[in-house]
Amino acid sequence: MSLVYAGVCSHAPGITGRANLVENTALRDEFYEHLEAMRTDIADAGAEALVVIAAEHFANFFMNNMPAYCIGMSDKYYGPIEDPQWLGIEKRDIPGNADLSRRLTIEVMNTIDVAYAEEWKFDHGIMVPLNFLTPNYDMPIVPVNINCQGPPLTPLPRAWKFGEALRRACDSVDEKIALVATGGISHWPATPDSGKINEPWDRDFLDRLMRHDKAALLDYDDVQTYADAGQGGFEIRTFIAAAAAAGVPGTLQFYTAELPIFAVGCTVAKFDL
Amino acid sequence: MSLYQLQKFLYELNRDSGVQRRYQADLEELLEEYDLSDEEAGALRDGDVGLLYVLGVNGQILMHYAAFLGIEWFDYLQMMRTGIEKHGAVRDGIYAMTGGGESFTAEETNR
Repeated sequence: MSLVYAGVCSHAPGITGRANLVENTALRDEFYEHLEAMRTDIADAGAEALVVIAAEHFANFFMNNMPAYCIGMSDKYYGPIEDPQWLGIEKRDIPGNADLSRRLTIEVMNTIDVAYAEEWKFDHGIMVPLNFLTPNYDMPIVPVNINCQGPPLTPLPRAWKFGEALRRACDSVDEKIALVATGGISHWPATPDSGKINEPWDRDFLDRLMRHDKAALLDYDDVQTYADAGQGGFEIRTFIAAAAAAGVPGTLQFYTAELPIFAVGCTVAKFDL
Repeated sequence: MSLYQLQKFLYELNRDSGVQRRYQADLEELLEEYDLSDEEAGALRDGDVGLLYVLGVNGQILMHYAAFLGIEWFDYLQMMRTGIEKHGAVRDGIYAMTGGGESFTAEETNR
């Protein structure tokens, strides 16, 4: 069993970029403390590499050649693509492990036609979580992307199977692997509605996720998700893949809809491996 | 097809420092490489975030472009609202405004 940790957290750019605009600083800091607890959980699990399942936002992939799934396969990545002052994170190199990525990819390919990328520029979808989880950038990262931006999007049952494939891949290598999926639940980011959150929808989704209720998690359709949870709701694919990879129920450690300046219901949860 | 070209321009600008240097040095030469309508090219010349939003540019691409232009967050939100007031509803894509343009944060309302 090489998967030693699995969890999910939010990745919205405001979490770092708009930290200084927050009025409820106590709640903001409580959220940050839970991200710090996720960091220590990953370290305490003895993780030697961190797989980040993200929903990237046109930092690498465009509609000229859009993979449903992709795994990074490099010894070095770069990010963020965004203006560093805007995101609150400086541009820098981030360590990878091409050999580990290659072994993971080969195993995933047994069941999923995953793309791979030997170069990858991180955007906020990975940089914001890393800012908290590997602040010294001393752990190799394996970036994984699920297309949640450019429809047609991969069906949820396929995202589940992708998560299962990732689990088999993690269990096939000797290294101890941590896996974190990043994304949002309901949100309308980068629109005038930024800050709008459907808290009941979020809590219902998180309940399904933490119960490891596969049937309920795969019961969403994109038309209804778009209506209830916005285009940001399409990112549930990353959380669903993480649940499939974990294969067990989880514990919701933090959720609040009361930091709308971050444009997402801020979430930290781990699966009970 | 044109929205595809418009978004491709912004995608490449957002992620590539070489394209950013060309943008600064000679925008017209860069624009010639994309099959853009006059309205789209004009929006890019003007940095008209409101019109680009109405034209249907994906919000993630637009947000990163606004950051590249140095536009502050609340100004970015207001530019999109102004774009809708001026040009009408979002014409394409999946980032349409759902409400009446109201703010969803106390921080913006109270500023």
